Amino acid sequence: MELTGAQALIKSLEKQQVEVMFGLPGGAILPVYDPIIDSSIRHILVRHEQGAGHMAEGYAQVTGRPGVAIVTSGPGATNIVTPLADAYMDSIPLVVVTGQVATSSIGSDAFQESDITGITMGITKHNWLITDAADIPRVVAEAFHVATTGRPGPVLIDVPKDVAQASMEWYWPQPSDLDLPGYHPVTEGDPELIRQAAELILAAERPVLYAGGGILKAGASEGLRELAERTGIPVVTTLMARGSFPDSHPLCLGMPGMHGNYTAVTAMQRSDLLIALGSRFDDRVTGRVDAFAPEAKVVHVDIDPAEHHKVRRADVAITGDCRSVIDDLLAALDAQGLPHSDATRGGSGGAPIDAVEGAPAVPGSVAASLPRARLSPWRARLSEWQERFPLVYDPADTSGGLKPQMVLETLRDATPDDTIVASGVGQHQMFASQWWKFDYPNTWVNSGGLGTMGFAVPAAIGAKVGRPDRTVWAVDGDGCFQMTAQELVTASSERIPVKIAILNNAYLGMVRQWQEMFYEERYSEVYLSPDLPDYVGWAESMGCVGIRVESPEEVAPAIDKANSIDDRPVVIDFRTDASEKVFPMVASGSSNDDIVVDPSQIRGDR
Amino acid sequence: MSAFGTDKRHHTLTVLVENKAGVLARVASLFSRRGYNIFSLAVAPTNDERFSRITIVVDVESAPLDQVMKQLDKLIPVVSITELAPETARERELLLATVHAAPETRGQVIQLVGVFEGKIIDVGLDCLTVMLAGAPTKLDDFEDLIRSYGIIELQRTGRVALPMLDRSDHGSRTSATVLGFTSHTEKAG
Repeated sequence: MELTGAQALIKSLEKQQVEVMFGLPGGAILPVYDPIIDSSIRHILVRHEQGAGHMAEGYAQVTGRPGVAIVTSGPGATNIVTPLADAYMDSIPLVVVTGQVATSSIGSDAFQESDITGITMGITKHNWLITDAADIPRVVAEAFHVATTGRPGPVLIDVPKDVAQASMEWYWPQPSDLDLPGYHPVTEGDPELIRQAAELILAAERPVLYAGGGILKAGASEGLRELAERTGIPVVTTLMARGSFPDSHPLCLGMPGMHGNYTAVTAMQRSDLLIALGSRFDDRVTGRVDAFAPEAKVVHVDIDPAEHHKVRRADVAITGDCRSVIDDLLAALDAQGLPHSDATRGGSGGAPIDAVEGAPAVPGSVAASLPRARLSPWRARLSEWQERFPLVYDPADTSGGLKPQMVLETLRDATPDDTIVASGVGQHQMFASQWWKFDYPNTWVNSGGLGTMGFAVPAAIGAKVGRPDRTVWAVDGDGCFQMTAQELVTASSERIPVKIAILNNAYLGMVRQWQEMFYEERYSEVYLSPDLPDYVGWAESMGCVGIRVESPEEVAPAIDKANSIDDRPVVIDFRTDASEKVFPMVASGSSNDDIVVDPSQIRGDR
Repeated sequence: MSAFGTDKRHHTLTVLVENKAGVLARVASLFSRRGYNIFSLAVAPTNDERFSRITIVVDVESAPLDQVMKQLDKLIPVVSITELAPETARERELLLATVHAAPETRGQVIQLVGVFEGKIIDVGLDCLTVMLAGAPTKLDDFEDLIRSYGIIELQRTGRVALPMLDRSDHGSRTSATVLGFTSHTEKAG
């Protein structure tokens, strides 16, 4: 069967079971857009190519399938560079197709030409410039294989216009036809290393399971839970791993790092064994590296061996997929005599990981109902810290506007437990991660590594496309919202009913917080104005329902109203208190021992 | 002294890569963005047309060798990486130099080339172009000695290397190891 390159490309995407792609056409990609009309693949027309990339990321994060975006050459391609960099940092599988000028024009500074494979070399797992239409099916198959296996990541396929127009004889490659002689990711951990890890685990007195995004990528949440429950070891979940272990579980300590809670941060600092599972000792987690967890031995499980010893030398470094390694580790613990115990499975101690309604979690301490007596002193210390340094704010003080924490608590309590939350980057992101209760995997969609402002709106749209059965809320800042809000036009016209909560404090809040704390309150270029733009008017002009909330008693009714609307996007403009800062905080370059808690906890007011 | 000494900071990596467009750019870009220093770099086709070999001398003080190798290994077109420590490698390099050789010094330059077992490959009225192949330290010495006559132009290729042969009765044929930190480097090697 003879096809054009463009037809072969779309047919190849269909072969990969792509159900949706996010894109925007242009000159060089025109030939590829023609067969899209006849394809089973849904195409969502974005308003800016950055939106296409972040939508594909949101889609990928909630479905576990690769997100697909398609854009034209030159500016279309460079506009999707930020999402590629974002996906590379957070190991999100993306396949981005870019148009390119005709092969005869490449290198001539042709109209809308850019060297996108050169530009994205350092921010993609791999990229391809196709020069022969006959290569298209094979390259598409290779691209999906590379994006989704090993450590997932974004890939880019650059398709010159003449290649899309040329004809080729259709085929679909067998796995053995893939031409990747240098690519063989390791998924199974080394049994001897796993045995050594099990020994360290059984000998530890102050162990912490340090769960990272790799848990979610590997689908290892169940295994992590079994490991925690059988060993009685508490779990911290990094920003990229929120939801990988239920927040309502008594062993969950929550988020560590720069704005992590006191117990999660300090547990790692005092630990004698960190079991890092798909986490990478990011600088936001470690603080000053030479002062990080000084007494801890380290077991480091990661599918990417380059993460081992990169920041922190591991005592046992296991290369492999988290799910497979955790299963093997459980077997090794069995072999070394770890008793089975039902004491912590399900029932009273268990969190509602698969209960839709969300059974009530055991309140209070991590010391509740755990099997490993030897860890009791450790868990008692953790409970003490939890009681002494919970997350706090003053709900009664409404003089400066709504407390962002109160908005988030109300939103959390008014939405289904399996709600998907997307966020941008800044104070609102940290508040959301701190105050939401994540009890399900893949319900938290955010830009962790790159810290991309403007991520929330398009990522939420992509997430809703991937999981139309779920409620999807974006928690956004006013600064972030202004960067990508135009995609709400996409959402309205495609009938994608996402909900956006803008925590509008009229500032670039996180920068303001740093200027207040570290630059003697000299506020440089951070003020944005609460009502320019008029967020409600803007939302309505984009086909959304717009709601403004200024007083605490309006918060819950506005959220209820938003939750009741399911035929269009809703934007709520919450006017929040600009003076509210994110605590705890480990200042940049400081040791985690110098964590700054909420001022009220130092004064002993509470 | 030349920068090309054989002190312990310099490790040689021979990197087998797919013979495809842009692969050298990927390798060079990786070194640049991760802040690894390259002392020298040589690229050539192998006897299998699907692959090329890149010989990179890296400064292991700019980054741990383990990191350099693992990051290189993550590049999809990199098939295998062999690491040669200075003490286990046979390293050679080629030098071409055009040197001032006025009649009164010409004899001395020719003599020096003879001592180093180099060759004179071109002769001008008051200069000579000489060629010398050898261990990088030998080239360093030669370069130091001819400098006083006046170097007009000098080029070095960057080194290539093969592992030292193992002369013991048992064991592998060579003393080098293809670092097997992932199974595919073992397989590919």
